[in-house]
Amino acid sequence: MSKLVLDILKSRFGDDVLETHSQFGDDTAVVNPAKWREIAQFLRDDPRCAMNMFVDITAVDWLGQRTPRFEVVLHVHSLDKAHRIRLKARVGDDEGNGAEIESVFPVWKGANWFERETFDMFGVVFTGHPDLRRILMYPEFKGHPLRKDYPAQKIQPLIELRDVPDRFGPFGADEGMSFGRQTHDYRRDEETN
Amino acid sequence: MGEMTSGSGGSSIRVLEGSETGFATTRFDDLLNWAKKYSLFQYPFITACCAMEFMAMASPRFDMARFGAEAPRFSPRQSDLLWVVGTISQRQAPALRRIYEQMADPKWVFSFGTCASCGGFYDNYTTIAGIDKVIPVDVYVPGCPPRPEAVIDGLLLLQDKIARGDREPAIVKPRQDPAVVAGNLVRLGKKSTTET
Repeated sequence: MSKLVLDILKSRFGDDVLETHSQFGDDTAVVNPAKWREIAQFLRDDPRCAMNMFVDITAVDWLGQRTPRFEVVLHVHSLDKAHRIRLKARVGDDEGNGAEIESVFPVWKGANWFERETFDMFGVVFTGHPDLRRILMYPEFKGHPLRKDYPAQKIQPLIELRDVPDRFGPFGADEGMSFGRQTHDYRRDEETN
Repeated sequence: MGEMTSGSGGSSIRVLEGSETGFATTRFDDLLNWAKKYSLFQYPFITACCAMEFMAMASPRFDMARFGAEAPRFSPRQSDLLWVVGTISQRQAPALRRIYEQMADPKWVFSFGTCASCGGFYDNYTTIAGIDKVIPVDVYVPGCPPRPEAVIDGLLLLQDKIARGDREPAIVKPRQDPAVVAGNLVRLGKKSTTET
């Protein structure tokens, strides 16, 4: 149904719409990151689109699979027209530098905390955001934990942890949720090799 | 009065009847520990879904008040027993340690559930792998969440430890081997008539 929106976007922005994709009523447009806010503004203000509800903004890290590395994903919905669209924009090089995109906070106020979360987890910088601080991790945290090159088990304690030499009987490494530890316990893999 | 003479002494107990009067002898430490174990003022530090089970524990069906652990105090300075219920993140660790340090001696820590005990399945950058990395723990009750019976076991174990003056960490073991329980579930599913 919202293929109509894709057609409107293609006719209005032409080459800035890099790819489109439609399946099962899910419509996606991959757009030029330089036109990110302009397209967002258009989607909200054009009476044929009338995307008045912000749903979600997040990112995907395609490290080692794609360049640019990050794909910023925006979902918006029209309460009046009952259609929705997914916008994607690709930013950032393999080192994670240059991962910058315009904030859509001026368009939809709801984007504020979502963009902070995306910045916190992936390090995507939203230019023009009024208060781009970490929202989930603590300010002392170094790095961005949902980037694929952040080791999932690397902790950054805020206080000195007590030295507990070994876990108690029922909580040993081989007991309990073994399936989780076997799949990504890289330290143990190193020990056994 | 029989309770007062329990402890390391192991003296005999005689119940007084009717208008009979009498006395009991005990050591001062035993008397003090007896008083401590039945007046646990608790501070619930509740962060996650185990809270639901904690509420069940505190409500009349399981009735924690029977064990003298009745009154929650929402100031750590007035409490003896710190219940850590749920996942503790790296970000919460300083707050948890500070609360522990604010409690006046004597104080005990109760680790409620697998996440508080060892981090559970959160094997990642954000979770403390067991609150014993932050504060010393007296009783661990594993379970996701633990059944109220297990928590009562843990509470009785803690009272026992208080009575004995024992500060070694202790663990509530499952009452049944999980493998056996799983076997029973399978049998129930098949509607087998054989009973063990």
